[in-house]
Amino acid sequence: MTLRNRWRKTLSYIMLSLTGVCAVVAVAILFLILGYLVYNGWRSVDWNFLTKLPKSPGETGGGMANAIVGSFQIILLATVIGLPIGFMAGVYLSEFGGKTFAFLVRYMADLLNGVPSIVIGIFAYAVVVIPMHGNSASAGGLALAVMLIPITARSTEQFMSSVPQTLREGALALGASKWKTIATVVVPAAHRGIATGMILGVARIAGEAAPLLFTSGNNDYISSGFSQPTASLPVMIFLRATSPYDDWHRQAWAAGMVLLLLVLFANIAARLILSRGIAVQR
Amino acid sequence: MATTAASSAPPSGGAQVWLKRLRSGDEVARLITLVFASIILVLTVGLVYQLWATSSMPRHKFGFTFLTSSLWNPVTGQFGALPFIYGTVVTSAIALLIAVPLGVGAAIFLSELAPPRISSLFTFFIELLAAVPSVIYGLLAIFTLVPLMRDYVEPFLKKTLGVVPVFGGAIYGFGYLTAAVILAVMTLPFIISISREALLEVPTEQREAALALGATRWESTWQAVVPYARLGIFGSIFLALARALGETMAVTMVIGNDPSIHASLFAPGYTIAAVIANEFAEASGDLHVQSLVELGLVLFLLTIMINALARLLIIATTRRGSAQS
Repeated sequence: MTLRNRWRKTLSYIMLSLTGVCAVVAVAILFLILGYLVYNGWRSVDWNFLTKLPKSPGETGGGMANAIVGSFQIILLATVIGLPIGFMAGVYLSEFGGKTFAFLVRYMADLLNGVPSIVIGIFAYAVVVIPMHGNSASAGGLALAVMLIPITARSTEQFMSSVPQTLREGALALGASKWKTIATVVVPAAHRGIATGMILGVARIAGEAAPLLFTSGNNDYISSGFSQPTASLPVMIFLRATSPYDDWHRQAWAAGMVLLLLVLFANIAARLILSRGIAVQR
Repeated sequence: MATTAASSAPPSGGAQVWLKRLRSGDEVARLITLVFASIILVLTVGLVYQLWATSSMPRHKFGFTFLTSSLWNPVTGQFGALPFIYGTVVTSAIALLIAVPLGVGAAIFLSELAPPRISSLFTFFIELLAAVPSVIYGLLAIFTLVPLMRDYVEPFLKKTLGVVPVFGGAIYGFGYLTAAVILAVMTLPFIISISREALLEVPTEQREAALALGATRWESTWQAVVPYARLGIFGSIFLALARALGETMAVTMVIGNDPSIHASLFAPGYTIAAVIANEFAEASGDLHVQSLVELGLVLFLLTIMINALARLLIIATTRRGSAQS
């Protein structure tokens, strides 16, 4: 009996320490990724990388100014389209939604959220690239906007509906109309959460390469306007990393580091905004 | 949400009340936001319609043999999806075999054992891991994971388990197994964070009751807490599966790009998402493009079915409508 109990205790210790090992492994992966990328990227990033255009294949030197500007163009477009639509849809879901229609919209938003990003690329290809006869920043921006809309809508809804009902009742009792209540009480009360959701959404689409491969394509020069093929950092990393040239690999590391640091910085900033706002929320 | 339902329906009081609300701007605001909300509906329906309409050619030409043929040859115009479906399913399944024990183990540690401070710090790091873009996993995989698998892991597996055909054959580094490992790393954060939440929802009485009956800490966790949270844990696994099936960039960079079926896990293969990423831009002719779109449709149907299942399971345990992705 005591032997069995001792075994049970030992087993308990073993299994519980194993779960600890699992957790440490998971976190270690993050630091391995971050460390290795910064180690390789830091040696590779230089002033040319940020300011020069790419050179022809195999030549040493050159940079990714085209991709940095291009990414900015595409994300700007996606943000301008996606955030307002997502925000307004979120307001509808949280404040005006009835039963059936809101359920349907919510369901569709979740469905759209789960669609693989490459499939969204096909959609943007069919809707924009085919009619425009070619790759363009608009096609890429639209593809990313389609991803951003459901993310923003659901996070806006989530944070707005967590605003206490008593706040709304207070404003309504003072004679404010419903939309005035929303605009002056509910949205300000939830603004940190809404902003957090938006930043996380933009950070998520900023790293997407799959929907851009055949919508915005690639361009060795800085594209003017939104109707030309446009380079972007994620697509550039893909093309450089899978190329056979050492110097292009070096540039892939540099671009990877820049992209990862931007995305992680946005994520940390978003979470800081939220954690400081919790007092307002509850 | 429930409380606002009353105001959205047309009031029974009649036209006068409605006019009053129109003047106060409420009805206008409702209609404007309604239009924006409908955009989501239009986009989703449009997406499905476009996938369906743009894949009519191979659907008529091949019918269901598209799904069962393993011949993919753009030059002769023969398109069969089986190698890609096989690659997608195999890489995702192995990824889950690796990620589920690790992820559930880590979730148990974070919810049951770790002090709150360490738990929230680790959870923060793991959520950051989920934010790393796919193409960056691919970049790291090409230059670190592929050599590691080629020089150490795969020769070791071949030496010890080589009699099984799955672990036989030539070693390239690029192939199913490497893709599965990178997918496991990418799905791990989803499994951990959602399983952890499901475990945190388990009432303390459940643990106390088991401990009071003389169970050890592990027995209480494994026999009383984990079964209680099983729906949420399964939900997290299905969500991870849906992610893995649709994952594109990282897999494309390490799968090896060979459109045929191999028994060996070391062999290069292909997945649905990877072939779309690689061939779409340079597709030769409409039939090729449309076959790729039909592959997209297959992938879409596969992922939404699994996603729907995942969300049902997660809602059932944590009442948290949609898992934040």
